Amino acid sequence: MAEFKLPAHSVVNKGKTFKAEGAKRVKRFVVYRWNPDDEKNPATDTYEIDLDNCGPMVLDALLKIKNEIDSTLTFRRSCREGICGSCAMNIDGKNTLACTKAIEDISGDVKVYPLPHMSVVKDLVPDLTHFYAQYASIKPWMETQSALPPDREMLQSKEDRAKLDGLYECILCACCSTSCPSYWWNSDRYLGPAVLLQAYRWIIDSRDENTGERLDNLEDPFRLYRCHTIMNCTNTCPKGLNPAKAIAEIKRMMVERR
Amino acid sequence: MAAQQRPLSPHLQIYKPQLTSIMSILHRATGIFLAAGTLALVYWLLSIAGGAESYKQAQGIFGSLIGLLFLFGWSFALFYHLCNGVRHLFWDAAKGMDIKSVYASGKLVWFAATVLTALAWGLALTTK
Repeated sequence: MAEFKLPAHSVVNKGKTFKAEGAKRVKRFVVYRWNPDDEKNPATDTYEIDLDNCGPMVLDALLKIKNEIDSTLTFRRSCREGICGSCAMNIDGKNTLACTKAIEDISGDVKVYPLPHMSVVKDLVPDLTHFYAQYASIKPWMETQSALPPDREMLQSKEDRAKLDGLYECILCACCSTSCPSYWWNSDRYLGPAVLLQAYRWIIDSRDENTGERLDNLEDPFRLYRCHTIMNCTNTCPKGLNPAKAIAEIKRMMVERR
Repeated sequence: MAAQQRPLSPHLQIYKPQLTSIMSILHRATGIFLAAGTLALVYWLLSIAGGAESYKQAQGIFGSLIGLLFLFGWSFALFYHLCNGVRHLFWDAAKGMDIKSVYASGKLVWFAATVLTALAWGLALTTK
């Protein structure tokens, strides 16, 4: 049964405020904080940022906070150009990448939370262990039955290659899966949009020869069919991909092979 | 020192409501409401079987302000669930699933459900 309320130890309190003295263009960043080393509940700290002295993206502001105001702020980041997926978080009520989300696109205070309904390691860092284990469960690699030619690559027509467009671009940032209410309530058994999009990427790859087995693995009331086409996943994908459509295509293949 | 139990990050509390999620939960809510409404329908049919006296009583209940409000809500739930159900049928065929179409069809469902409800009540109130 879905638990709509946060458990007592997860309830978010109000934390500290850090003022920006003498700044003209001030933006307030309200950031979720939780430290495993003290006994306190999570809290939101407020940081005032001088926009005249800060880069354009939300990640720039987080880095400024960490460098100049509060070095204890913890978050993942790497490429700062939307290709690694490390800085996925909930910004202004929607999951996205901090590095590609412009501060000026947000009206009012900028609220920053970790990806929703996840176990928090520290501050904005969620535990993705289960998410990656689900990814591994769909065998994200090429599988073949026939003998491979030893002297050349496995070729694919341009049309077959085009079927992978809109799928191979997924960076597994987990924005979509953690935006999905179905995944919130059933992530123990439902694979979620990101992993199902990846599953579809291997199912329709013309070079993969284990399509039937892959579909068998998904033929399950929970793994695939907890998708109720809510469409939050497609709405939030920072790469503009369409996990909901990929899932619908898998469901269609399930019907067609009967 | 044993590590403190990790908190669960906020979800419903912080996620911005949007057309996609609102219409989805409303589809479920109207489905439940329609199921509850069939009980009222059964009661109404039973009252007919029970004779003139019980039928008069049932008509009195449905004709009261609360009864009419219930029927109005029930008819809207029916048309919303019907229209959105058709939308889901298209999605089952993997059609109209890009965000632009999803928002367009979502608004169309709102519009169609409202118009159908208005038409039904216009018809009901004028053919008394």
